[in-house]
Amino acid sequence: MKHRTFFWFFFPTAAAMLLFIAFPIVSVLTQSVFTPIEAVLIEVENCGPFGCTTETSIDQEATQALRDAAPFGRFVGFQLYADRNHLAFAEVGELWRTSDSVGAFFGAVMNLPFYDALAFTLTYTFICTPFLIALGFAIAVAVNSLHRRLKGLMIFFSLLPMIVTPLIGALVLSWMVDSRGILGNFLSWLVNDPDLSVKASTPLMWICLIVYGIWSSAPFAFVVFYAGLQTVPEDTLESAQIDGATRWQQIRYVIIPHLAPLVTFVALIQLMDNFRVLEPILGFGAQAHAQSLSTFILSDLSGETRQLSSAATTSVLTIIGIAILLTPVLIRTWRDFNAKSH
Amino acid sequence: MFLKKIAVAGAVAFMGTTALAGGHAACPTEGRVSIVGNEFPAIQTVGAGAMSCAGDAVDVSTNLTADHQTINVPGMQGNPAEYTSAIIANSSIVALMNEDVIRPLDDLVAEYGDGLKPNQLITINGQVMAVAFMANAQHLVYRSDILEQVGAEPPTTYEEMLETAEAIRAAGILENPVGGAYAAGWNLAQEFNNMLLGYGGSHFKPGSAEPNVNSEAGVNALNMMKALSEYMNPDFLTHDSNATNAEYRAGNTALMNMWGSRAATLVTAEGVPQEVIDGFAIAGPMTVGGGDTPATTLWWDGFTVAKNISDEDAAATFIALKNAIDPAILEDPEVPTQAVWLIDGYEPTPAAVGVFAAANAGSIPYPMLPFMGLMHTALGNELADFMQGNESAEQALADVEAAYITAAREQGFLN
Repeated sequence: MKHRTFFWFFFPTAAAMLLFIAFPIVSVLTQSVFTPIEAVLIEVENCGPFGCTTETSIDQEATQALRDAAPFGRFVGFQLYADRNHLAFAEVGELWRTSDSVGAFFGAVMNLPFYDALAFTLTYTFICTPFLIALGFAIAVAVNSLHRRLKGLMIFFSLLPMIVTPLIGALVLSWMVDSRGILGNFLSWLVNDPDLSVKASTPLMWICLIVYGIWSSAPFAFVVFYAGLQTVPEDTLESAQIDGATRWQQIRYVIIPHLAPLVTFVALIQLMDNFRVLEPILGFGAQAHAQSLSTFILSDLSGETRQLSSAATTSVLTIIGIAILLTPVLIRTWRDFNAKSH
Repeated sequence: MFLKKIAVAGAVAFMGTTALAGGHAACPTEGRVSIVGNEFPAIQTVGAGAMSCAGDAVDVSTNLTADHQTINVPGMQGNPAEYTSAIIANSSIVALMNEDVIRPLDDLVAEYGDGLKPNQLITINGQVMAVAFMANAQHLVYRSDILEQVGAEPPTTYEEMLETAEAIRAAGILENPVGGAYAAGWNLAQEFNNMLLGYGGSHFKPGSAEPNVNSEAGVNALNMMKALSEYMNPDFLTHDSNATNAEYRAGNTALMNMWGSRAATLVTAEGVPQEVIDGFAIAGPMTVGGGDTPATTLWWDGFTVAKNISDEDAAATFIALKNAIDPAILEDPEVPTQAVWLIDGYEPTPAAVGVFAAANAGSIPYPMLPFMGLMHTALGNELADFMQGNESAEQALADVEAAYITAAREQGFLN
């Protein structure tokens, strides 16, 4: 293709990517290195139904004048990235110096909000992703071997978790595992402990969130693998059958190698998705037991005082986190691509 | 429910018209009115009252939602602002003040505000910034029948509440007799605020934005909350006000600290067992640790007018909302039970006992400080670890202060 032709061919995509991907990221980055101008505080008398009190308030005129002079706010560089509510470099350094053992050090680091959230986010991501791939694959193989008439119905049922709005799905499961819910009661009967409460126990809550994560994302893997199964070459399968391969051997040596590139694709998408876990935590009301980077962003933005710069910082850290997670997968894809082109 | 809303709206509209004829209240003749606010019954009434002013030259719309806090600031920052008014409480007016999106109402009050009582006017630094129409507070809600069974009087202190709870548990009536909105986040932080003030503590060092929660009062407050949680449903960290009310309605709770604005509708829901309806009773807020100040905070709800709108629209908004809180709305028998109204001619109903007791006992209003929102968020994020027994009260409070200081520095309240 001529360079000129290529340019005009690629131009609309490039423009859209610039507009919808690059600019917002630049904007978030900018937001994260600027914070609001220091407010000018004054003592004022406030009166209302319950009488008058002297309280601190913001001197709007004086503050506005300062803000007009510096519309972007205060430039603080990467200070927010280093502060206690994000990477907490100073606090981690201090703990490293003062902790007696590595165990105590990690325990203390987990008390810092960012690392606590990161611990859950990574556990969730690395347990959910392989399990949902395996489950999605199993469903795809099972549905594919069904009779033609049953397939449509089964595909529909298998897709249901994906069709249900994530927040609603999480809420339904949350009510079921409640100490007064059907699953909660069943579990407490099963282990013969009337005081057992899933929602009061951090490990059980994590298990619930992970089970929900697998349940809600498995249909995505299923759809991709099911589509992939339709392209498995019939003659290869037939020759395997003639050679006397069992069903398991056919899956192991014909189907799985054929679908391997799709596994990379599903892993890529799901790593990204799971790293941004938000809905199940809200749906289960699990904020006491599990936080993620996304719940931090939400909490920064939904408080009575919105912390835009802090939210922007967490967003940039999320992007960096996803980039690190995806590097191995991307390197692998790049290698495969090079291997094919040679 | 829908029919009821229509009926209320109709009644309000009807009264609006009669009032207009009587010359007590009037609707604006032209302009744009767009209101954002919370969704509990009293605010629905006010919204419907403003809607009744809609006409050919008057465009009225309302967006009443529990998420109002997250949309009111962005919705008022544009020029012209999308919302011409936000209905807010003493906690949420601070965010609007901090962002400078609401206008002083002195001219509007002078021109159109006759009939408003002086204590309805929220003045900040000498300027009227909001018009309050109702008061609210958290107070005791209990089951008189269960308390009678164990021979206990309604508790007036949290220490008595613990004793009564133990008596109820010991008598085998309820395993977890205490309820409370202890959901991690805003609710848990609010319960801590109540308890901290009850123990005589304060959130900030006087006259500064420096935190002061890691104090003896703070530790006592957390220990009392922990003691109470031993008598709660083990899922208490996931229970917000709605879930706590559901537990009460189901008959699983005998004692709880609950919002006055929710008391009236507590046992009117469908399917509430008869013994809960009969045993439903309310009383004033409790004190704690031998203090005199009740462990609760006082709240008002009121309306504001946006800064970035034309003077005509501002006048239309003020007039329409003033019409919505006209004393005539109290003629509907439903309306007086919805809230403790601050408007002229309101006679307290039995549902208002708790809030009145809170005000008379010298409860402290929720602090209207520019940095209180950051403190509330920090408390909500950090206290759950202590409630689960993962760390000491001192450590949790030190974490709160560290998280708050970081956020306050970022926002420019602390250096």
